Amino acid sequence: MSDMNALTAESPVLQPAPPGGAGKSRSLAADAWHDLRRSKIFWAALVLIVIVLLMAAWPSLFTSADPHDCVLSRKHAGASGSAIFGYDFQGCDVYAKTVYGARYSIVVGVFSTLIAGLIGLAVGLSAGYFGGWLDALLSRFVDVMLGVPFLLAAIVLGKRLASNPENSNGVLAVTLTLGILGWTTAARVMRSSVITAKNQDYVAAARMLGAGSGRLIFRHILPNSIAPYVVVLTILLGINIASEATLSFLGVGLRGDAVSWGISISEATGYVRVAPGPLIWPSVFLAATVLAFIMLGDAVRDAFDPKLR
Amino acid sequence: MFRFIVRRLLQMVLTFFGATFLVYALMFAVQDDPIQALVGERPITDSQRAALTERYHLNDSFFQQYWYYVKGLLTGDLGTSLTGRKIADMLADAWPVTLRLTLIAIVIAATIAIVAGVISAIRRGSIFDNATLFVTLIVLAMPIVVLAPLAQLIFGIKLGWFPPTAGKDANLYELLLPAAVLASLVVATELRVTRASVAENLRADYVRTARAKGLRRGRVIGVHVLRNSLIPVITLIGVDIGALMSGAIVTEKVFNIPGVGFNLFRGIRTEDGPLVVGFVSVLVIVFLVLNLIVDLLYAVLDPRIRYE
Repeated sequence: MSDMNALTAESPVLQPAPPGGAGKSRSLAADAWHDLRRSKIFWAALVLIVIVLLMAAWPSLFTSADPHDCVLSRKHAGASGSAIFGYDFQGCDVYAKTVYGARYSIVVGVFSTLIAGLIGLAVGLSAGYFGGWLDALLSRFVDVMLGVPFLLAAIVLGKRLASNPENSNGVLAVTLTLGILGWTTAARVMRSSVITAKNQDYVAAARMLGAGSGRLIFRHILPNSIAPYVVVLTILLGINIASEATLSFLGVGLRGDAVSWGISISEATGYVRVAPGPLIWPSVFLAATVLAFIMLGDAVRDAFDPKLR
Repeated sequence: MFRFIVRRLLQMVLTFFGATFLVYALMFAVQDDPIQALVGERPITDSQRAALTERYHLNDSFFQQYWYYVKGLLTGDLGTSLTGRKIADMLADAWPVTLRLTLIAIVIAATIAIVAGVISAIRRGSIFDNATLFVTLIVLAMPIVVLAPLAQLIFGIKLGWFPPTAGKDANLYELLLPAAVLASLVVATELRVTRASVAENLRADYVRTARAKGLRRGRVIGVHVLRNSLIPVITLIGVDIGALMSGAIVTEKVFNIPGVGFNLFRGIRTEDGPLVVGFVSVLVIVFLVLNLIVDLLYAVLDPRIRYE
């Protein structure tokens, strides 16, 4: 279990493959890591993610300009030495706004994925492990959730949550919206891999040795069924970042003085004929971030399941 | 077949009530004062408040209110928008252009996905295959809010190949660019599924038999393999309609197409609650019905489902 966790947390202290390859046989996770290290897509995704994370944590490393320092006389001024991407329609520095925009994207993406991941884990585990009427009930509920197209539900829920005046910039509202609505795929994947793991001989053996439900779930079933779930969550993180931008674009996501790629894109669409710069740069950063997480998920899935290639 | 249809219909009824209940609960769960929201900033007298409460059944229980909402949906009475227009009329005005846009998008996506998917599957591991997989990965990761404005900027404004906006009576040519943007939402998954299912069927015994009979390669792939491979793709198109609806909101806004998505966008921006709920509810029902049709079609195409 420990090396599986290490892999999924992308920690650098993974066990190296045994020298020479022969001798000790590798576990599934070590095998996957062995494949992953050779994947160019994996490293490209990782580099992109590290850059975006740095941007989100310390934006001042990348720019000394203030995204809220807007002077109307600079409206749509072109690129210059001090503002390499030029200025937008309010005379704000486009580069600074783009760098600072990473923060909310990452915060919303990570926390909404955590919420969705926890719900999905709980639902998938209990439906898969206990089966019976609980499984039937939870599975029907997931079917109903999937009967409503995601963005439509997000618009209705996001609009409701955002009307609460207590959270003025909408970060909490959009995080909750994406978390509450996004767990279905994770739950389905978790359920099916728990069912597969549950019927293995080693689980039967552990049960016969007197292991209780808790021990069976957390020591035997979970470590052997978590890989597909982690892949789904990685991809979901990318999707949630894209959804946050889409909701902000539509006006039910981040609002007010929040600096967000979705808001920047939405504002810039009105001025594309005059100044395409404020549209292009947040778009490029948003697309690259989403792509990085989806590529990471794709690479990890390929490493865990070579058959899919 | 009959048993399958009955079971699927019962399932549909359950999903219908579940989904509409979900939308209704989401909308009304955290609502503070609907009457104040309706009248806006103006002060309201007690008698007016009582009249409105009576008219909108606000004193009834949650479930009774939900029942009024479902009854309205089923009888086509969607209420009035805050602008005073009947929501059903607005919908009737808006849907033809959205339908055309979506149909063009489905055709574009299916054509590209099937042609490229089949070629990829036949030449697995080739440069074409790897390039296609990489391109689908990128397309998969492109949020529609990035794709729609950038496509408009590049192909509509800079290159001038297509008109950058389309009106209410847009013709095929005007709708081509927005439809292509919309198609990009679903083309990547459709292509990957086509590729996977063709690749699997190419190894099947019946293909070997067909080859052994001396059939031409074109006939083996075009008739035997393709017919069996397209079944999962057809189901996928049903699921994709949900993604297309969501995508249409952004696409229609960017390209100024006055369809369903555009109206929904305006409803969100002008805080028009009844409009948003009405449109979303109808879209959810359309999605459910289309998925029912696709599932029934699936049973017609695949006997294994029918006789289960």
